[in-house]
Amino acid sequence: MEDAGFIVSSYVVTFGGVVLYAWYVLRRGKKATDHLPDDSKPWV
Amino acid sequence: MAETSTVRTVTGRTTSTPHTRVLGLVTLVGVAWLVLFGLVLSPADQNQGESVRILYLHAPAAWLAYLAFVVTAAASALFLFTKRHSLGWDRLAGASAEIGVLFMAITLVVGMLWGRLTWGVFWRWDARLTTTAFLFVTYIGYLAVRRLGGTAEQRAQRSAVLALLAVLEIPLVHFSVKLWRGLHQDATVLRPNGDVKLDNLMLFTLLSGIVTFTLMYVWLVIHRQRTLTAEDLLDDVGLELALAERRRESIPSRPPVPQAEVPITEVKVPS
Amino acid sequence: MTWRRTAWLIARRDLLVEWRSRIALNQVFPFAGIVMVMFGFAIDDTSLMERIAPGLVMLATMFALLVLVQRSFAVESEDGALDALRTAGVSSSALFWGKSLAMAVQLAALEALLVLLAVLLYGSTVRASGVALLLATWLVTSWGLATVGTLYGGLAAGARGRETLLPLLLLPVVAPVLIGATRAVEAALGARGSVADGWPWMGLVAVFAAVFCAGGTLAFGPLIDE
Repeated sequence: MEDAGFIVSSYVVTFGGVVLYAWYVLRRGKKATDHLPDDSKPWV
Repeated sequence: MAETSTVRTVTGRTTSTPHTRVLGLVTLVGVAWLVLFGLVLSPADQNQGESVRILYLHAPAAWLAYLAFVVTAAASALFLFTKRHSLGWDRLAGASAEIGVLFMAITLVVGMLWGRLTWGVFWRWDARLTTTAFLFVTYIGYLAVRRLGGTAEQRAQRSAVLALLAVLEIPLVHFSVKLWRGLHQDATVLRPNGDVKLDNLMLFTLLSGIVTFTLMYVWLVIHRQRTLTAEDLLDDVGLELALAERRRESIPSRPPVPQAEVPITEVKVPS
Repeated sequence: MTWRRTAWLIARRDLLVEWRSRIALNQVFPFAGIVMVMFGFAIDDTSLMERIAPGLVMLATMFALLVLVQRSFAVESEDGALDALRTAGVSSSALFWGKSLAMAVQLAALEALLVLLAVLLYGSTVRASGVALLLATWLVTSWGLATVGTLYGGLAAGARGRETLLPLLLLPVVAPVLIGATRAVEAALGARGSVADGWPWMGLVAVFAAVFCAGGTLAFGPLIDE
């Protein structure tokens, strides 16, 4: 049933894409906040 | 007179806060929930068979992508037309646009997979698909403009104007494409019925999809915007930090200063 | 100095610069011409080409538009002319209208040339009943493309490192013109549809031109004032 391949790929692409992007954002965020003092961040 | 004020940096702090951690956890539960219902628990469709399972991803992704771009446009308007011209709005616009592009890419790819199963073709030149592709390219252009450089205020101004021009342009493109496709009556006999009759469980799964994607969007926007804020602050504060570091290095005979004694420079958060 | 006089002087300046340097005439027009020839190489089907001639004309126009917009703003950035004008207090909307007018004149000349080439190279014919439609389409298309090109050119052209951005920004935006003008010209030339079918498409291009005329008047200032 080749349909299953398409369907599963959709889920993999979707959540894989989101997870990859989330990882990218977190990493980039860490790099930027590493050098900043705590009191300058509005959310801390 | 030796420089007495230095800036203490604390490493290890990220863009996460207790609230976002909870949100992240709930989102992961939502993802697992959606996968469970979408792939396993919900039934196949009468017309489309199993391929309807892809719609539980494709439709929410599309809706969130459009929502993201509405947020970008609204934030851009707020930046331009409020008195304070707060850069926070610009950063929200940028973060939302980036996530909108991500969701739009997912919409297109997943939509093509669904199309291959349902219509037998990856792409059809219908009004909605074509406009979606245009929206995607338009926002890639927007993101490219955001990276043109200059000060944060310059970036904010030109991006905001561009976002509002996109609000003008997208309906025009959509209307043109609709008129254009109206010339070509797609023979319904060629494509199987794209309409889906949703029973209760399928509707529930679709709604779960919307909830999960919304959670993902919110979590991503919060983190992305905080990252942008940090990066903008780094541009402002970074120079001061670097200078302070260099000054400290230039005094060789001084013993290293224990952390507790170092006075902390007050860093003003630009409003 | 009234707004109208300012706009007129800007338009006149741009056209004079072009007239003296002849860059559009010597470089951009031949470029568009060679694009039309290359379509012939690529497509290589005479009857097909006659049918799609309007589309090819519009495509060649779009590509030439990119180059014309770059040129229009290269002229400004060379000696900091745009900045000087703004500092001198020249109204941005007058600037916008002046540059758009000059661009529209160049585009109109280009499109006329391309239709002529389509007649020569692709075997297109202009039917008498379609002449009014053709002329109307010619005018609104030139104006529509000129305004949108000037607007996005203000953002992306001329400045170093930004030229590559112009095609990415501009081509999606001009899609309604590509769609509308092509259908209108197809109707006018008899390639597809009756002349009556073509007028609504011209109307679409006219709406586009009006929208970006208004939008550009407002947005040009903020875009170039960095």
